[in-house]
Amino acid sequence: MYRLSAVTRRAAAGVCARHVGVEARPRLRPGGRDLAANLTTAGTASALQDSRVAPARNGDRVLNIGSLNPQVRATEYAVRGPIVIKAGEIEKELQQGAQKPFTEIIKANIGDAHAMGQQPITFLRQVVALCTCPELIDSPDFPADAKERAQRILQDCGGHSLGSYSASQGLYCIRQDVAKYVESRDGGVPVDPGNIYITTGASDGIMSVLKLLLSGEGRMRTGVMIPIPQYPLYSAAISELGAVQVNYYLDEENNWALDKSELRRSLNEAREYCYPKVLCIINPGNPTGQVQSRKCIEDVIRFAYEEKLFLLADEVYQENVYSEGCKFHSFKKVLYEMGPEYFNTVELVSFHSTSKGYTGECGFRGGYMEVINMDPEVKAHFEKLLSVRLCPPVPGQVAMDVVVNPPKPGEESYKTFKMEKMMVLQNLAEKAKLSEEVLNTIPGMQCNPLQGAMYAFPRIFIPAKAIKEAQASGMAPDMFYCMKLLEETGICVVPGSGFGQKEGTYHFRMTILLPIEKLKVLLQNVKDFHGKFVQKYA
Amino acid sequence: MHALGWRVFRARLTPLLLCRRSVGAASRGVDSMSVEGTNGPACGRQKVLTLDSMNQRVKQVEYAVRGPIVLQAAAIEKELQQGIRKPFSEVIRANIGDAHAMGQKPITFIRQVLAICTYPQLLCDPNMPEDAKLRAKQILGACGGHSVGAYTASQGIETIRQSVAKYIERRDGGIPSNPDNIFLSTGASDAIVTTLKLLVSGEGRQRTGVMIPIPQYPLYSAAISDLGAVQVNYYLDEENCWALNISELQRALHQARQHCTPKVLCTINPGNPTGQVQSRQVIEEVIRFAAKEKLFLMADEVYQDNIYGEGCQFHSFKKILFEMGSQYSDVVELASFHSVSKCYMGECGYRGGYVEYVNLDPGVKAELMKLVSVRLCPPVSGQAVLGVITDPPQPGEPSYQTFLKEKTNVLSSLAERARLTEEVFRGAPGIRCNPVQGAMYSFPRIDIPPKAIEAAKAAGQAPDMFFCMKLLEETGICVVPGSGFGQAEGTYHFRMTILPPTDKLKVLLNKLKCFYETFTKRYA
Repeated sequence: MYRLSAVTRRAAAGVCARHVGVEARPRLRPGGRDLAANLTTAGTASALQDSRVAPARNGDRVLNIGSLNPQVRATEYAVRGPIVIKAGEIEKELQQGAQKPFTEIIKANIGDAHAMGQQPITFLRQVVALCTCPELIDSPDFPADAKERAQRILQDCGGHSLGSYSASQGLYCIRQDVAKYVESRDGGVPVDPGNIYITTGASDGIMSVLKLLLSGEGRMRTGVMIPIPQYPLYSAAISELGAVQVNYYLDEENNWALDKSELRRSLNEAREYCYPKVLCIINPGNPTGQVQSRKCIEDVIRFAYEEKLFLLADEVYQENVYSEGCKFHSFKKVLYEMGPEYFNTVELVSFHSTSKGYTGECGFRGGYMEVINMDPEVKAHFEKLLSVRLCPPVPGQVAMDVVVNPPKPGEESYKTFKMEKMMVLQNLAEKAKLSEEVLNTIPGMQCNPLQGAMYAFPRIFIPAKAIKEAQASGMAPDMFYCMKLLEETGICVVPGSGFGQKEGTYHFRMTILLPIEKLKVLLQNVKDFHGKFVQKYA
Repeated sequence: MHALGWRVFRARLTPLLLCRRSVGAASRGVDSMSVEGTNGPACGRQKVLTLDSMNQRVKQVEYAVRGPIVLQAAAIEKELQQGIRKPFSEVIRANIGDAHAMGQKPITFIRQVLAICTYPQLLCDPNMPEDAKLRAKQILGACGGHSVGAYTASQGIETIRQSVAKYIERRDGGIPSNPDNIFLSTGASDAIVTTLKLLVSGEGRQRTGVMIPIPQYPLYSAAISDLGAVQVNYYLDEENCWALNISELQRALHQARQHCTPKVLCTINPGNPTGQVQSRQVIEEVIRFAAKEKLFLMADEVYQDNIYGEGCQFHSFKKILFEMGSQYSDVVELASFHSVSKCYMGECGYRGGYVEYVNLDPGVKAELMKLVSVRLCPPVSGQAVLGVITDPPQPGEPSYQTFLKEKTNVLSSLAERARLTEEVFRGAPGIRCNPVQGAMYSFPRIDIPPKAIEAAKAAGQAPDMFFCMKLLEETGICVVPGSGFGQAEGTYHFRMTILPPTDKLKVLLNKLKCFYETFTKRYA
């Protein structure tokens, strides 16, 4: 069924974009100039133009829905999609005093820890503040280890200022720290700072690498294999770049495990209509929360080796592992342990970020990627491409540095840092367990263990009547469900259709980031809502 | 097998690793090692991602400001560090408009607000002025969880967009600006690329053409290559202080219409690399042209505070558009870009910027919202810098005097350096330099002797690249050849920033002048 769809879908998107554009434009313009828009679309602009010099009017703008880049039009990103826009509207209504069955919107749609009340790691902020305002070096309120870190970083900045551009690849001393961090994480597997690139959040790195990999037309067009369910950055990037999305399904019955035979199936089918070249893995899983076993990773690497696929390992949740018996294994480490046959061959990029883990510093847009076995000439082009954007934000680079080079035993800030870090991670582990437990008490809901990451992705059983009503209003059934949940409880979660799911199954993704007392209330509200919903559409 | 596994392997496999390197370079794509009869080791195995299989558009992208000359500069810097003797002791990077790297000090108030936002405990620090604390509180109040670590709305923090709108209104003499039409960005570059991305469509003759000035800032040509759009050059008039000529626009457009669909007209004012400041009249003509020919206007106005030439004044495209009356202001689609990297701030590292759209189709705007949401949000500290500069200390506030003094100092010192640069070049035979009316660069034209042109060709370099490489290798001065920006056929230029401190700049200019003399003599 996916055989033709990806290609034709793309073609269809372009046509459909133009088609819908003509119909939808007037609807999208409430207010004064609408009339003109309606009239001019029909090409009867002259009456309005009079003696005016310019022929253009709203209806035939240079840039309109019809002339818009069709790849942009085809892009979708559910995490900030219609449900979140609706949440914003309701929030405004509440501010204006509108009466609702709830007093606030709870945004459980996005992994944004600080917005949910998580406190920043003190040491990280101290280092960034010192770099920002170096006069604070004299302040007795800052610990010596933070000052030492800040001075070292500023030493590496042009004019000793965070305000100068850094090298496009990132500040050298920070890349060195990343290299050391990866080395010690992976039990000594060597890292060349020359293979480390600091990025504007992990998303930026993922987009850049995908862009690099894209080529060919028709059957030779690059196919990108992604897990379903996936984090929709991938599908969005694939649409935006005009690549072909190749889905492989995670096994929900088996705790979202990745199955080699499913990889094989998906690859073989895709080879009939595109040229699959990239295999994306998210570990720990987003939205699915599973942590991959060592064996599973070996299987994937072997598969990539045999089938000549370029591996992208999204490992931004590497610190977020909660379940007993689960452990994070980096692709890089496993690759090296599999021997030279593999580690000299398999092309791999691994991504990390400041936004997740225990720091949750999303706003800084910090991240890095490590590039392994990239062809040196391609690498030169890659560096050129990155240089066009000049450099990643320098404060985000500094935040990244603290993540990879935290206070060490014996340093002044070590104890506080360690305590803060533990608190965050323990707390998340507790909330992961709580969410799983409560969601599984709800009849008609089923949730795999949250082994890692920051989300619960329960499967929900939606009654046939509700499915019918959803279809009547032109919504995916789980979108319908999430909209009702939002409107009736103020809880904002993202429907599974935004991540992809097996045909006929429905899910939603919610973050587990709320403070525990609030999370308990939220889970109870979800439970109550679900009961009522099922009854209503019984 | 654990921690030591790779070491064992590496020891065992060193010969293979070595062979792989030599083979890899010589014969991409040949499975040459299979002759060894080993099933496994990857020697010579073709990579998935190769020069041939990579994105061909990326291959075509060029960005001279950080191109080969800058790589060479870094290599020389490393040699100097290793104690290798050169005729100079340091590399002077006059290739990029990076004020702080050249010693310009940050504006105290900006950094104070940012430090407080980052570490709110500083709200209790008696050394932090009250107005900085107030700004920080406002910004934090608009952040999720009162933390700059939370994602913001993808369009940027609403209160900062409001303060940007007010700033634009003040700048443009009261012409209204709607915060909903403002999108904060990761530096202006990000907003420019995103806007171009919206505009690119069609295939063959229907492919979007983008008109850009020549010389241009190479972000434009790079983005056009990357997006697979068609670059349409219009030449600025060097003889006439790089003026933009409507008849030249007309020529470029007509020619381009034979092979693509020109849909966008980009202007850079004040000019980069050319330093001219557009007159009111030119801007009016450009707007009239865009209206008549149905072009989407992109106005790169990141140097709007950097005006030095006597009698020159910055006019925003938005202001003039509205002053031209509703037959234009209701119609012409315009995007105007600004940044925290230039002007008196020079905060390049923060990657802050914004774009204001005028007459953007509402349906397209919804699509744009979706597109920017994929990247989540611009860096919050960059947004905060923008918040500060659009809402600077007011008379009566504790930081006002210092702020004003720092700002004025930076701008007047830049004006002085612009004049100095022009003067020195004016006295140099073979070098011609238009006045640096604005921005941060001089872009002198240089005569290159035919023998040098020959030598350049032999070395496979553009003549001005050849000149700049020699300049770098012999003096340590790093400037960017005109060929990276585009120039009229047969003319040669280089771009240098005017950002080194005045004393250093004097030395640099004289060194450059001397080098040019030696160079022309050598190839006479």
